[in-house]
Amino acid sequence: MEKFKANFKLSMVFVYILLIFGAIIMIFPFFWMITGAFKTTLEINLFPPVWIPSSFNLDNFKYALQAAPFARYFINSLIAMVGSVSVCTFTTILAAFAFSKLKFPGREVIFTLLLALMMVPFEMLVITNYQTVISWKIYDTVWALIIPFTSSIFYTYILKGFFDSVSDSLYYSARIDGCSNWKYLWRVLVPMAKPSLVTIILLNAISRWNSFLWPMIATINVSNRTLPFGLYAFVNEGGAKTELMLAASTITVLPMIILFLFARKNIVNGVARGGIKG
Amino acid sequence: MTKVAKVHEDGPKRTLKQMIEPYIYLLPFAFGIIVFTLYPIVNVVLMSFKNNYDFMSRSFSGWGLENYIYVLNDSYFHQALANTFKYVFIIIPISMCLSILLANLLNQKIKGSAIFQTAFFLPMVTSTTAVGLTWRFMFNNNSGIINAMLGLFGIEPINWLQIAGNNFYALCIYGIWAILPFTIILLLSGLQNIDPLYYTAAKVDGASSTKIFFKITIPLLAPTIFLVMCINTISTFKVFNDLFPLFSGPGVANNLFTAVYYIYYQFRVTRPPRYGRAAAAAVILFLIIFVMTMIQKWVEKKTKY
Repeated sequence: MEKFKANFKLSMVFVYILLIFGAIIMIFPFFWMITGAFKTTLEINLFPPVWIPSSFNLDNFKYALQAAPFARYFINSLIAMVGSVSVCTFTTILAAFAFSKLKFPGREVIFTLLLALMMVPFEMLVITNYQTVISWKIYDTVWALIIPFTSSIFYTYILKGFFDSVSDSLYYSARIDGCSNWKYLWRVLVPMAKPSLVTIILLNAISRWNSFLWPMIATINVSNRTLPFGLYAFVNEGGAKTELMLAASTITVLPMIILFLFARKNIVNGVARGGIKG
Repeated sequence: MTKVAKVHEDGPKRTLKQMIEPYIYLLPFAFGIIVFTLYPIVNVVLMSFKNNYDFMSRSFSGWGLENYIYVLNDSYFHQALANTFKYVFIIIPISMCLSILLANLLNQKIKGSAIFQTAFFLPMVTSTTAVGLTWRFMFNNNSGIINAMLGLFGIEPINWLQIAGNNFYALCIYGIWAILPFTIILLLSGLQNIDPLYYTAAKVDGASSTKIFFKITIPLLAPTIFLVMCINTISTFKVFNDLFPLFSGPGVANNLFTAVYYIYYQFRVTRPPRYGRAAAAAVILFLIIFVMTMIQKWVEKKTKY
């Protein structure tokens, strides 16, 4: 028994060492980004590198905000995210309800076809969507960042799964009591589906905030860029100073880090359930 | 009984409303799907067969296979496919092994699992652009932390970013780091679905932990492992975003073309834009991904019990 205990302890020490080592590697780029955002030009270029900056003042953030309109990018990102996520959540709720509770010819066939559409990569749709936003004269506006993302098959699929799990007898008894579909959906189903809704809203918000390919294609003017694309352009066009780039990167990732710290379980469960990247 | 009769009463009026109502609920959703998913699929396939298609004038010289012939003979496209396959074959096995190990460690009864989970999963929610730019700084030849660390082991500084060949490995290292969180989450949830009775039984029989790992954990986790491998193969096949923060494009002297970058290059970099060629490349990419998805679905069906 003693030997077993010693063995057990030893193996647990080994587990912790590996986990701590792994965690350091995963978290290190963030540590390096945030500490780098406080370093001076001299400190950032020293070799071997300086581990901890000499002072923690916000000068680099101030200079970065002056060097490029990051405040504007932040607001653009926010508008694009809130706009597309709120509309998408609305269309998702309605569609998931129709596919789950309402009866219409071809319901199953249409839903199966939609699931098949999910495997078409976004990268393939981008060519035509680029042409569409040009034709609609919304190229290089915030609308181009919102309108193409107002429906999602994936989130509809997740929410329909939840609606399906709510017993139909509840629906029929509510209907017999004179409750309209609309009322039943918003007064009964939506409040019940709150955890699922929070998950799809979080996953959607994260992917909208971080999206890079589409904003790079659909916007060109400095004043219409979102944070990830604006950050990239800042580095690519101006040969920006590293410490300012790191300060701007910190501004970009901070909202999502905060979101993750508060809603980790929800996000992780959503990813595990959906099997699709956020 | 009376209530049922009441529903029946206003029969014809209700049926008409009932007939239309579902479509009203579907309308806002359908608009986005039809315009931004369905139409683009049809359009991209049609466009790929239009020779010399010009978007501005909507004109083309005729239907045919010219775009496909061009793309399939383009050395950049060959390079793009070769790079993409090489990337997938490096990333998938390494990231799977690391993830299986780490998911198992996270599945132990450990203290501070919330802290570990936060650390391991954080990269999943943060912008690849911002983090990729930080990696670019870490890979820096002169002041990068990675070369500094290698220096501690007496390894000469490696020019990760500016030498063709090296930059491919920088892309892979970053790619593995970036895919770990998602992979670990799915494997961890697979592990948590394994009935603990199996472990109890094995421990009672005195099986060693190595034996438990290879004889119980791995076989029971196999369906999840394969599923995650399929999802990751498809997503790594679309490698594209990482090229921008790390190398500001497809690397030194265009040595890092990938399949998706090739599409982007044809309709957004080349002047005038070659929509037909981009479309043909997109259709080819889709066919490759389609085959992978079919394999995934087939295995999912086989392993469902």
